[in-house]
Amino acid sequence: MGRYILRRLLQLIPVFIGTTFIIYALVWAIPGNPFAGKCGSRGCPPTYIAEMTQQYNLDDPIYVSYFKYLGDLLTGNFGETYSGIEVSTLIQNAYPVTLKLALIALVIEGVIGISAGVLTALRGKGFLDSLVLASTLFLIAIPVFVTGFVLQYLLGVQLEWIDPSVSSDPGIGELILPGFVLGSLSMAYISRLSRTSMLENKSADYIRTATAKGLAPRRVVGIHMLRNSLIPVVTFLGTDLGALMGGAIVTEGIFNIPGIGGLVYDAILGQEGTTVTAVVALLVMVYLLMNLLVDVLYAALDPRIRYD
Amino acid sequence: MTDSGEARQSVLEPSATTEESEAGTAPRKTEKQRGLWGEAWRDLRRRPLFIASAILIAILLVIAAFPGLFASADPNTQLLSKARQDPSGEAWFGYDHLGRDIYARVIHGARASIIVGVFSTLLAVLLGSLIGLVGGYFGGKTDSSLSRFAEIFLGLPFVLGAIVILSTFNAGIEGNPGTVRVMTQVVVTIGILAWPISMRIMRSAAITSKQQDYVKAAKALGASHGRIIFRHILPNSVAPVMVYATIALGQFIGLEATLSYLGLGLRAPVVSWGIMISDSQNYLFSAPHMLLFPAMFLVITVLAFVMLGDAVRDALDPKQS
Amino acid sequence: MSTKDEKAGGSPESRLLEVDDLHVEFRSREETAHVLNGVSYHVDAGETLAVLGESGSGKSVTAQTVMGILDTPPGHVTGGSIRYRGEEMLSATEQRRRELRGENTAMIFQDALSALNPVFTVGFQIAEQFRFRRGMSRKDAMAKAVEMLDMVQIPNAGQRVKEFPHQFSGGMRQRAMIAMSLALDPDLLIADEPTTALDVTVQAQIMDLLDELRRERDMGLVLITHDLGVVAEVADRIVVMYAGRIMEQADAHSLYSQPGHPYTEGLMESIPRLDMKGHELASIKGLPPNPSDTPPGCPFHPRCHRAEDECREKRPELHDLGAGRLSACHFAEELISRD
Repeated sequence: MGRYILRRLLQLIPVFIGTTFIIYALVWAIPGNPFAGKCGSRGCPPTYIAEMTQQYNLDDPIYVSYFKYLGDLLTGNFGETYSGIEVSTLIQNAYPVTLKLALIALVIEGVIGISAGVLTALRGKGFLDSLVLASTLFLIAIPVFVTGFVLQYLLGVQLEWIDPSVSSDPGIGELILPGFVLGSLSMAYISRLSRTSMLENKSADYIRTATAKGLAPRRVVGIHMLRNSLIPVVTFLGTDLGALMGGAIVTEGIFNIPGIGGLVYDAILGQEGTTVTAVVALLVMVYLLMNLLVDVLYAALDPRIRYD
Repeated sequence: MTDSGEARQSVLEPSATTEESEAGTAPRKTEKQRGLWGEAWRDLRRRPLFIASAILIAILLVIAAFPGLFASADPNTQLLSKARQDPSGEAWFGYDHLGRDIYARVIHGARASIIVGVFSTLLAVLLGSLIGLVGGYFGGKTDSSLSRFAEIFLGLPFVLGAIVILSTFNAGIEGNPGTVRVMTQVVVTIGILAWPISMRIMRSAAITSKQQDYVKAAKALGASHGRIIFRHILPNSVAPVMVYATIALGQFIGLEATLSYLGLGLRAPVVSWGIMISDSQNYLFSAPHMLLFPAMFLVITVLAFVMLGDAVRDALDPKQS
Repeated sequence: MSTKDEKAGGSPESRLLEVDDLHVEFRSREETAHVLNGVSYHVDAGETLAVLGESGSGKSVTAQTVMGILDTPPGHVTGGSIRYRGEEMLSATEQRRRELRGENTAMIFQDALSALNPVFTVGFQIAEQFRFRRGMSRKDAMAKAVEMLDMVQIPNAGQRVKEFPHQFSGGMRQRAMIAMSLALDPDLLIADEPTTALDVTVQAQIMDLLDELRRERDMGLVLITHDLGVVAEVADRIVVMYAGRIMEQADAHSLYSQPGHPYTEGLMESIPRLDMKGHELASIKGLPPNPSDTPPGCPFHPRCHRAEDECREKRPELHDLGAGRLSACHFAEELISRD
């Protein structure tokens, strides 16, 4: 197992470099003067431009400046924005909010998705099954920003149950609706995944064995069937955390949540290359590590899986 | 962007027509395939979900091809005096903030959305399938380096990656870009970010069919790699990718809208549902019909393709029903 | 031969299990398949009854109906009776049936790998019954599980109890399955093709083990199989099933020496025999009938080499041939009186 993890970690390195390099190259390849509009209407003084160009190695070929940047990143130096704010400070402020939002989305999609999937699988064909199936279709079909707008309009404007925008340091209560919106697509997938997985296991031989042993239905379903059916669901949830954090950008925009989505969006529009690359590097790292964690988790959940 | 299609490992048989010329060498196989696809078709025709989605898609295609048949008003004519008027007999869906007829815009917007959806799906699926076929068939170093290469793109958060790519494209534009340029940008962006998903589906399907006896037999008979890949592996691996492509087509239409909503995707003079929804966000409270109608069309379109993909998948895989 | 004597004097009340005229249908939207069409048999304590038939003959469905683990839908019991020690099972509450499962009637399955839960240890799955049916502590239950593995002659039981099913060999897995089924000391064990998935050498070991355990515990054993060779040594009585009906019933010796139904003959001829080396191995031509479309008359007639017009028109009833033998062939008397 230790060797497997080590090998996987080594495999992550080229992927990480590849992804961050693409972003770095795209960001710095944006044609036009990166200092335009940074220093008011008169433009930046030449000394400032020279200083910045030197600091970010903008005169070097792109791969040289990329590796210099990567070196900085690995030593914990995330760089500064043009206006001199530490990128690490920006990320430190925004990151926890997005993490909180993604975790809330994960809990909501997990609880609702699994319950819906398991219930429909146990009940079989009928009203509930059709209702859940139709709901998952809709959740898959509706883009997140439409779900967000509609719920914001209905709950925030029409019913006035919630504030349409969240505060600058949102608590869990404020993030429940945005979390629901963010997790809505995955919720549909989880509900379908757990339903399929339960149905597959429902007719499995070992379930018949468990019944033949005279175990109570509660135990047959709750222990034998659920334990097996939830393996793919749990691994999906694991990989989804990374996806949710990277995908929070739209949800954060709709509800004015001060997370990394908003941070990176503003940074792209303002051509703040250091911020964009730092945030993407971080998100890619989370995504890759979560995938590795899921594979390890998979081996822990299913004893038949052995890595060596 | 979750690759739901990938969870499905079952290798489905290819369509009978692609195997017609092989009938002499592998009669039994062809018979079986014809049976499976014939069965799937019979099954499909009885599914209300399939019938409903097929009718919806047919209507949408007609709207996209001949918008003039459905809406006589010009989608870009501004009647500022009528700005943000509610739906009425004159304009069924009302007017937007610039006094444009929303019904006409929704009808004319179908074309952009569907074109972007179709072409980005084609790009992603063709590119992904080709790389997946090569990786899955040759295996070894080729496979692992192609897989690593795909992971580079998988690791990029979808929307975020699209924003970065599109803003790079957009920065090069001087003045007012043409329709073709704007659409190509969006198509290429989605294609670049989405191909690894079809690559993984095709790769695992190719690995499974590679191990079939008739492929081994073809190899033993000295068939060239190209012939084996396109004659034997591809036809046997194509079904799961096709199911994915149908669902993806719907999702890419939704994605185009998301990008246009963020101000980075399509833009005037193109009319699209995403642009309309984006326009509506500042008038959400005073003119909700500006959001309602384009969103409704968008959702119905995406739904139609997702339902179609669902129905085809269920029909091809009896285990699911 | 004590078991035989008991059986001879066995009254219906003393019978362990009695299946009487059992009818089961599988219903789907398109069609109804008549899977069991009046199956009757009984098992006494200490006796081994072999139920023989091709796949699809209804032998497993009968067993699952007896255990009460038939999937409904699609299965529906439409008639007949199942009595355990005289108590009617088909009208019993699910609660009562569950009490009897494992405790009084237990079952082992063909493929132990899929019949054992892959994500729990073998010990957990045996101990589970002691914990939840006997209220034992986790520790005591596990100690009992080790005992059970010991009983089925699994070496190093204390260690293996912590392993997962996939870490066992095929034969060991089936032993573990047997240990699990016998945990609560049932007096009737139904073994559904217990050796089909195993190597020939291991098959014999498992059959010996089952036979030995039956004798030690004076347990009734229903042995379901498609392989006449497997049951030759252990069965007291044999029931031959075809298309959801009983074709023949006889004690093992008479059935082997003088089959009372052409179908049984066919089954016997398809066993490879050392003394027949060089002869072509006979097999029964054709396929069993589709249960939703059984031919009129004798269900076996399309495949029967003796079939006459009578067989195509009139369904032969299962009738008594004396000495405890039954057959559902118009020509049964002729068959058993041949030399």
